[in-house]
Amino acid sequence: MDKKNNIKVYKNEKTTITVNENWCKSCGICIHFCPKKVLVSNEKGFPEAKNIDDCIHCNLCELRCPDFAINVKKNEIAVEHSVNQKGLED
Amino acid sequence: MNNSITQYFRKEMFPHIWCPGCGIGIILGAILRAIHSLGWEKDDIAMVSGIGCSSRITGYVDFNTMNTTHGRALPFATGIKMANPSLKVITVMGDGDCAAIGGNHFIHSARRNIDITAIIINNMIYGMTGGQYSPLTPTGKFGSTAPYGNIDQTFDLAALAASAGASYVSRSTIFDVNQATRFIKKALLKKGFSVVEIISDCPISFGRINQLRTPVQMLEWIKNITVPKKVWDKLSEEEKEGKFPTGEFLDIDIPEYTERYQETCNRIQ
Repeated sequence: MDKKNNIKVYKNEKTTITVNENWCKSCGICIHFCPKKVLVSNEKGFPEAKNIDDCIHCNLCELRCPDFAINVKKNEIAVEHSVNQKGLED
Repeated sequence: MNNSITQYFRKEMFPHIWCPGCGIGIILGAILRAIHSLGWEKDDIAMVSGIGCSSRITGYVDFNTMNTTHGRALPFATGIKMANPSLKVITVMGDGDCAAIGGNHFIHSARRNIDITAIIINNMIYGMTGGQYSPLTPTGKFGSTAPYGNIDQTFDLAALAASAGASYVSRSTIFDVNQATRFIKKALLKKGFSVVEIISDCPISFGRINQLRTPVQMLEWIKNITVPKKVWDKLSEEEKEGKFPTGEFLDIDIPEYTERYQETCNRIQ
């Protein structure tokens, strides 16, 4: 089994949500307690970031995940931009 | 993945053994986030556990770890701390492990006020052995050995530790995971015996027999049975029935055991 294929990445310009389906046990805690209902259950019971645009980066899903399977990252566009600029200056 | 906490993992051991929705994983995350925020080195930490689901924690983290006999995490941790007081010693125990089999060790570690952080994962049942009721199973709740409801009173571990002589005592839940992380961080920094009891879930052994079958139902239940200490103080005796206060109960500075031992050694030499 190729384990790398089971890491799902959901992304928009502000947010990156990663779900490691190798570790997830479909307990449903992240889906139920998401204050913005970003996550929905897919056919296998794993969380899927269907409404990713609503994510407010509270990270409660990540903090309450018993299996360390979900990760929310705020995409820092501005910082990346400044790093690029710095790189150009160098 | 989130490297801030996965750097502490023995990754080859994952996915872990705990059941879907088990709170021990949430508490492990809280412990690792607290350690990460303090910036401690892996080799400076010794983590000791006893027997039970909770004790599997030591298998998954890349510290100096020790999985000991049932209820005896604290005596082993005491030995480690006495031999090398510079180590930061953490014990992780379940409610049966700490309050029943290791009950006396717990009281005496608190009495000595030795610099150990005791994290107690209170899932209110003996999960691994099949759902027997523990000293922390709430009165009236069911267990495989309490099919008509538990008639025992429960231990108040926080009050027990405070009266036995601990330096820091607090209680949190897996629902309020940010608060739990904050309390663990304070406990880790505290010089002296510090206790953090974290109310956890066990959807399989506790939930199934108590009509709380899913992890989500269990977390909702935990949210409903816990009240912050400030609110708790204003409740009447009837309202307190079946509820548990959360918050910090004790935070004092008193002489620590290994320091006093060293002082005695210096004095008689």
